[in-house]
Amino acid sequence: MPTNSMPTDTASVLRHLPWNIGVRKPDPTIVVDDLVRSFGGLTAVAVEHLEFQRGAITGLIGPNGAGKTTLFNLLTGFDQPNTGQWSFDGRSLGRLKPHQVARLGVVRTFQLTKALSRLTVLENMKLGAQDQKGEKFLAALLPGWRAQEREIEARAMDLLTRFKLDAKAQDFAGTLSGGQRKLLEMARALMCEPKVVMLDEPMAGVNPALTQSLLEHVKNLREEGMTVIFVEHDMDVVRDISDWVVVMAAGRVIAEGPPESISQNKDVVDAYLGAHHDAPLTAEEEELVLAEAEVAIAAEKAEDADLPTETTRGL
Amino acid sequence: MSEFLDILALSVKSLVSQSAVFFALMGVGLNLHFGYTGLLNFGQIAFALLGGYGVAISVAMWGLPLLVGVLIGVVAAFVLALLLGLPTLRLRADYLAIVTIAAAEIMRLVFRSTPATPITGATRGLSGFGRDFYAVAPFETQRTYDFLGSTWTGREIWAVLVGWILVTLFSLLIWQLMRSPWGRVLKAIREDEDAVRSLGKNVYSYKMQSLVLGGVIASFGGMILVLATGSANPDQFQNANTFLAYAALILGGTARVLGPVVGSMILWFIIAFTDAGLAALIRNGIIPSEILSGPDVANIRFVLVGVGLMMLLIFRPQGIFGDRREIVLDAH
Ligand SMILES: Nc1ncnc2c1ncn2[C@@H]1O[C@H](COP(=O)(O)OP(=O)(O)O)[C@@H](O)[C@H]1O
Ligand SMILES: [Mg+2]
Repeated sequence: MPTNSMPTDTASVLRHLPWNIGVRKPDPTIVVDDLVRSFGGLTAVAVEHLEFQRGAITGLIGPNGAGKTTLFNLLTGFDQPNTGQWSFDGRSLGRLKPHQVARLGVVRTFQLTKALSRLTVLENMKLGAQDQKGEKFLAALLPGWRAQEREIEARAMDLLTRFKLDAKAQDFAGTLSGGQRKLLEMARALMCEPKVVMLDEPMAGVNPALTQSLLEHVKNLREEGMTVIFVEHDMDVVRDISDWVVVMAAGRVIAEGPPESISQNKDVVDAYLGAHHDAPLTAEEEELVLAEAEVAIAAEKAEDADLPTETTRGL
Repeated sequence: MSEFLDILALSVKSLVSQSAVFFALMGVGLNLHFGYTGLLNFGQIAFALLGGYGVAISVAMWGLPLLVGVLIGVVAAFVLALLLGLPTLRLRADYLAIVTIAAAEIMRLVFRSTPATPITGATRGLSGFGRDFYAVAPFETQRTYDFLGSTWTGREIWAVLVGWILVTLFSLLIWQLMRSPWGRVLKAIREDEDAVRSLGKNVYSYKMQSLVLGGVIASFGGMILVLATGSANPDQFQNANTFLAYAALILGGTARVLGPVVGSMILWFIIAFTDAGLAALIRNGIIPSEILSGPDVANIRFVLVGVGLMMLLIFRPQGIFGDRREIVLDAH
């Protein structure tokens, strides 16, 4: 797999960018322009300009209802916007069907896991492989697909071992726990050999003991040259693995920058504390809220040292 | 005792009868639609109708060879599947259900309408198209044979034999497809379409392939039915048969290759057994004729079949061949 930029490069290159909304990235892979999606009177997504750096891990955060899942749906063809363009490696993705987007190498997972219950874990995995001869009707009737099937199975077992699901390979996916389903869905997405992986709350419901290894998997994707975009509520996780963080609230991008820039950002704190819904704050009140938030964040950071997987859901 | 043996012999005959063949072929197609792909086709009988009339009209009205009639029946079923699938398979599952049920009713009404008389024979139907079919039988079709304890005409045996050969071939086809990656995509679509889309598969195309293949299999059922009975008549193609085929499928076990085949055999065994059994009980005065008389039997047997199916769903919801674990997972 060609690696366009070394992971360490990616991180350090991004570090020197200004912390502006819509800032140009040195090597963008997905570029969004004037994307608007509204449901009735509610504007779920309204993004002016957003670039995702190739080979980087970008964390997408924001309060519930911020439009993160809707943005994922739009980028992967599961939903159509009212207006706007978006492209992947310079190729416009507008009007493409979900399976066409996936075939180009942009593969997503779902916030509500979609394990295929009455297929075994191994069958779930094998379904993810692309360009399968045996998936064509006539070819399925001839034995020609068997060699490829063996390769696919070996690759699937390999990934299952990495995700510690190999013992479950022959079980129905419906028997897995919520966390195991998340793992399976991520492993299944990797069977597609994607260029960009979009993970919608991959850690939600995952046993804390597994979170750490899941994080390692995500970091490994970057080492393998993949671009990762993930939605996550746990700020520790976001700080731990993201090269860049994009914050959404009420459909808009309200901040972006390296992880350390985010906790200092007033708009972000406001969004999370719901200040923008209230009457304008006085300067003192504002300082009070900010101070509180900073204390909370500092407390988390202190915890970081010994309890890295302890969750702080919703910040 | 000998009366009981007669009843049993009659029931055994119905185990492999033309009805069992017909519902097995309808069921094999439905199993592909519903059991494997999760498509709700409530008008399977429409495909059988096109198969049956494809043969009947081609041979009786247009004087074409039987094989051309078979081809026309298959093409008609293929086209119907496309017409039903194109507008509905992108939508939620219930749209296909509504459209198929309407199509089945409309087609039967059109085929039996007076203006259609020159083509379909309207309510009188068509006959006299089976000569080529029976001419190729490798044995004498004009005499009778004793077989499995009952008497069969040579024609019956030939029709049923060809029918079971078709059931076997289509079952083998389904078996091979369902162990291939193609079948894996279908089963995955049944579980969650969006997950399958996110993995780069064209769900719409697979659903269409499933609808077409299952419909074509049912069209062969219709062909066997009209050839075995010697006539094509609109009332053979009531849509109640679609639901009876569902009953057979669920009885045998959905998403199992042999589910619809064995389910159909057992269904017709039970129907024949209750039918002949009730008639004997009335004849011998065990059931007083004030409570139940001969003509009622035809109706009451379906009530009994219904009760039997309800018991099955309560005590063995997965059907005869099904996997209980899958039913449990279904509830998730
Ligand atoms: N299909 C839909 N119909 C109507 N409203 C929707 C739909 N999908 C999302 N929304 C609304 O859009 C907003 C953004 O939702 P979502 O993208 O799920 O947020 P997030 O993933 O950031 O929590 C929410 O207010 C949600 O209620
Ligand atoms: Mg969401």
